[in-house]
Amino acid sequence: MNVMQPINRIRGGVHENERHESGHKHVTGTAEYIDDIPEPAGTLHAYLGLSQRAHAQILSIDFDAVKSAPGVIGVLTADDIPGENDVSPAHKHDDPVFATGKVEFHGQPIFAVIAETRDAARRAAAKVKIEYQDLPHVTDVLEAAAANYPLVIDPLKLERGDIAAGFAKAKNILEGEMRIGGQDHFYLEGQISFAIPGEDDEITLYSSTQHPSETQHMVGQVLGVASNAVTINVRRMGGAFGGKETQANLFAAVAALAAKKYRCAVKIRPDRDDDMSATGKRHDFHVGYKVGYDDDGRIEAVDATFSARCGFSADLSGPVTDRALFHADNCYFYPHVRLRSRPLKTNTVSNTAFRGFGGPQGMVGGERMIEDVAYALGKDPLEIRKLNFYGGEGRNLTPYHQTVEDNIIGRIIEELETSCDYAARREAVLAFNRKSSIIKRGIALTPVKFGISFTKTEYNQAGALVHVYADGSIHLNHGGTEMGQGLYTKVAQVVADEFQVDLDRIKVTATTTGKVPNTSATAASSGSDLNGMAAANAAQQIKARLVTFAAERWNVSEADVAFEPNTVRVGAERIAFSEFIKIAYGSRIQLSAAGFYKTPKIHWNRAEGRGRPFFYYAYGASCSEVSVDTLTGEYQVDRVDVLHDAGKSLNPILDIGQVEGAFVQGMGWLTTEELWWDGKGRLRTHAPSTYKIPLASDRPRIFNVKLAEWSVNREETIRRSKAVGEPPFMLPISVLEAISMAAASVAEYRISPRIDAPATPERVLLGIERMRRAARNG
Amino acid sequence: MTVQIRSSIRFLLNHRQVELSAVSAVQTLLDFLRLDRNLRGTKEGCAEGDCGACTVLVGRLLDGRLKYESVNACIRFVGSLDGCHIVTVDSLAVPGGPLHPVQQAMVDTHASQCGFCTPGFVMSLYGLWMENPKPSVAEIEKALQGNLCRCTGYAAILRAAEAVSVIGDLDRDPLVAERAKIVEKLEALKDGKRVEIGEGSERFLLPASVDDLAEIYEAEPKARIVAGSTDVGLWVTKFMRDIAPVVHLSHLDELRRIAVDEAGITFGAGVSYTESFPLIAKHFPQLIELWNRIGGQQVRNMGTIGGNIANGSPIGDTPPALIALGASVVLRKGKISRSVPLESFFIEYGKQDRQPGEFVEAVRIPFLNENALYAVYKITKRLDEDISAVCGAFRLTFDENGEISDAVIAYGGMAGTPKRADNAEAALIGADWTEATVEAAMAALGKDYTPLTDWRASADYRLLVAQNLLRRFYLETQGDEPVRLDRKQAV
Repeated sequence: MNVMQPINRIRGGVHENERHESGHKHVTGTAEYIDDIPEPAGTLHAYLGLSQRAHAQILSIDFDAVKSAPGVIGVLTADDIPGENDVSPAHKHDDPVFATGKVEFHGQPIFAVIAETRDAARRAAAKVKIEYQDLPHVTDVLEAAAANYPLVIDPLKLERGDIAAGFAKAKNILEGEMRIGGQDHFYLEGQISFAIPGEDDEITLYSSTQHPSETQHMVGQVLGVASNAVTINVRRMGGAFGGKETQANLFAAVAALAAKKYRCAVKIRPDRDDDMSATGKRHDFHVGYKVGYDDDGRIEAVDATFSARCGFSADLSGPVTDRALFHADNCYFYPHVRLRSRPLKTNTVSNTAFRGFGGPQGMVGGERMIEDVAYALGKDPLEIRKLNFYGGEGRNLTPYHQTVEDNIIGRIIEELETSCDYAARREAVLAFNRKSSIIKRGIALTPVKFGISFTKTEYNQAGALVHVYADGSIHLNHGGTEMGQGLYTKVAQVVADEFQVDLDRIKVTATTTGKVPNTSATAASSGSDLNGMAAANAAQQIKARLVTFAAERWNVSEADVAFEPNTVRVGAERIAFSEFIKIAYGSRIQLSAAGFYKTPKIHWNRAEGRGRPFFYYAYGASCSEVSVDTLTGEYQVDRVDVLHDAGKSLNPILDIGQVEGAFVQGMGWLTTEELWWDGKGRLRTHAPSTYKIPLASDRPRIFNVKLAEWSVNREETIRRSKAVGEPPFMLPISVLEAISMAAASVAEYRISPRIDAPATPERVLLGIERMRRAARNG
Repeated sequence: MTVQIRSSIRFLLNHRQVELSAVSAVQTLLDFLRLDRNLRGTKEGCAEGDCGACTVLVGRLLDGRLKYESVNACIRFVGSLDGCHIVTVDSLAVPGGPLHPVQQAMVDTHASQCGFCTPGFVMSLYGLWMENPKPSVAEIEKALQGNLCRCTGYAAILRAAEAVSVIGDLDRDPLVAERAKIVEKLEALKDGKRVEIGEGSERFLLPASVDDLAEIYEAEPKARIVAGSTDVGLWVTKFMRDIAPVVHLSHLDELRRIAVDEAGITFGAGVSYTESFPLIAKHFPQLIELWNRIGGQQVRNMGTIGGNIANGSPIGDTPPALIALGASVVLRKGKISRSVPLESFFIEYGKQDRQPGEFVEAVRIPFLNENALYAVYKITKRLDEDISAVCGAFRLTFDENGEISDAVIAYGGMAGTPKRADNAEAALIGADWTEATVEAAMAALGKDYTPLTDWRASADYRLLVAQNLLRRFYLETQGDEPVRLDRKQAV
């Protein structure tokens, strides 16, 4: 036995600023995305044919020109589906792979062309002749309500206290409404699936999916085979943001259908415009609200309805609209409250998950109410915020009856207010606006509280598979998917930390349903919480066996066996990790384990609107200052300060990247990203030429992002960290509100400008004009 | 004229020379790299030149000087690359060897998340580094206007860009150190021949000279002339249009020349926005912002002023600005050239004053009178790399009494063509430059235009902002108070 000196610490353990595990491959172009995988000889390509009507009966389809186009092998329609023509994740049977009889939105897939090249398939698909009979269509959420369109799923109501008594008691009542636009994910890598047929009923797919298990299930359902015949692999996605939680399923199903039918490998990848037309987005909302409050601005009662443009099917609209309600309170205690969702059907693409999952829309609505109260009382909105924060006797119960136990928003706000010099800068902004007639400034400081856990309780479970090979190298696999967020890096850090080995000893392999079954979507910010725990559990199982083995072999107590940096200490002696593993293998110790985790404490009764849907909350706050040109509505984000709570971060530098990225993405949602449908129900902003996500030059001119380093998750999460994917997405609500303040300045801050989102230069200028008219009319 | 014909194109691809004789007119560089050459480091994000995931560098010779520029491989036709050096991300680092300084900087600063846009950013930053080893933040942002990242929020990428020069030594970069050798290889590819390849829908030509171009186009007036392909590229990638026969002109040095005389500047039709920028900035500082906001860097490297005019778009960036300057276009058919004022070149939506077989050979911009006031404002949803909702250009000249003697106002985005505001101009001419005059002219704009509502802006906003831009123009000539956003450099 070699005796070694202890090394202080391993390289790449938890809480370290470790690089993204694929960074060097990203920069060299060697990170393999699905379209980069070398195709087997004879690979065919599928291309979707999309509806050119928003709502119509299909009277006839003529495929002659399609089939006779060069390179075409065949056409797939619903008739070619051996299983079910449905990929509804809500199991509502309302999400056909291919429309039959009727189309319900412009861009709905009707058929697929299979050809020798993608170009041939795409060109052929455009040659179809479809005879439609138009039906009345509705794209807008309020028009849908007016037209008595149905709800795509049961709505939710959250109620607490006595709403009538609350309003009766309130000295002041205001009512308002707001429209909040949707958002396209604009993942840089579009949807893609690549299917390779196997023996019997087997099929293997490479799919850019956040939810391999569901993709597996859906492919099985469409092919009419059991899940054990379908394997889904995904090494990485080129961005997802929720857009590949359910939306990847249809593409996988089509590739699988074609692969089975033609007994060839088949790849499907839509053009960006078709991707944006045919796949779901963030839900647009209309919020109608009524707030009762006292003269100080303390809220007494809130009654609000959140209506969402869900599109033609349910998809995830149920949980998305639920989460909007769960976040309409943000950090504020509403003594009497009633929140209702209206998940409305529309003749648009079925909206889906997107970072925040309805939470951002709920929170924007809640913050608009605060803003309205502040302008009504002539106060700084931050003052109203602080007055209404959760905290104090009897003021910790959410509208869904979960008690807020881990509230740190007070400290976050206090620290940020000081570090960004909020009070003095607000005074300076007010002074500037008194002098400057055309350029106006605004400043706002807004909080975030975001609930962590899937509200569908069964999703809060995860698996991992860890092998320690006889040479001491470690193979890690888990159910989470890598979409850029650094999940593979973080979970590997956890495993390195468990075994106390350097990170480079661990290889994370592509997520596959063949290794870890029944996984949940990598979504709801839960990736490292769930998979980190499952991987730790797997490592701990192996370690426990190794401890028992070592104690017996070297005749020491189990307490005397310890995993120290790159060594195992047995009694007073230290053995190099690989040497130790070699001995263990020789002694026939099982060096592989399947880990498992389920989130404790959570429960949710949707029918009653009660429970503890969230294991914990993540917090944050941001202060934004903007300049607005009141002649054009153009604006610039001059400065942003962020303080964000990632608990005891697993990897602070990756978490900073999540916060910075989420901020800019959220800012895009609230400013320049506009979905625009024409009178025929066609989405006309369906490519980067027309749909404008932020550029480098849009990021705040000063951008200070910090993590609350003192924060430690009070719940037993993986190394006391907190989820970080979604919560910072809502930080840029301060940008919207700062723009609002600049607009309000033209009417002496007496009126809440109520600029809808996204606050494009047009909406800002028209808002300013409203303010000017209101000021003139006294 | 006897022209020798070659039936292949030749270029350098990374470290190798490539000769292609079987290549279609509509073959894009991106598909060629990914599908034909299996170089899959370069990604497709949008196939319309807006996201930059497909960015590669193209080295082009002009008068013996070799310059590498970022371009969008997705909308660049392979046929246009005769005599060029194409550099892709795949070639920057030897497998297992050290990373290129740009790559190392990106890794060190955690500037990639999903990684799909990353190769494009690497190439854009590489192009910037070669031209400008220590760029300011504003210069970095300008170089990255054509690169979208959805994950990082760009902060880390900016940190990477600033770190490149700390990590690397530009003189040791292969494209710098071996420049002379590469120039020699590229010079050797020039043989002065016309290139003609393919039949029917695949056919394209590279004229041997401008005279040859004139001859070809006169003989085949239905041919499609392609300069930067920043618009025509989309006809292929988005609309799957048949554009053959294609006649490229980006390889013609004669069309890339710029002549300055006492009265103005003449830009050859093949001069790119990037190539024109130094002289534009020198003589027309009022155009700096507009020029910097045309497309992204890749589009400015490819796109030409001539193309921007020839395609006749009502929302092209340069026409309103150039109309207000009194620019003219030189049109050529066969051996005959004629000059027409730019404003009358645009007849109506989709129709220009261009005869069959006639092409835009040059654009002539006269210098401003000393006492003229001139400004151009572009209004977009997003600051950079966005198409105008409205673009307003204003030029006023004054007589000795201070009265407005001439007024030229042109707007883009307000009508089916870039169009002058006759009523507003009339309200200004002969009047004093006062607020009352301006308000009268603003009101008159309502008679000049009936704009449309679309996804870029509503009719109401377009008219309101068009009017307010005139007010901005006035206010900018008065007093010191800032009347437009001070585009601050980020820190």
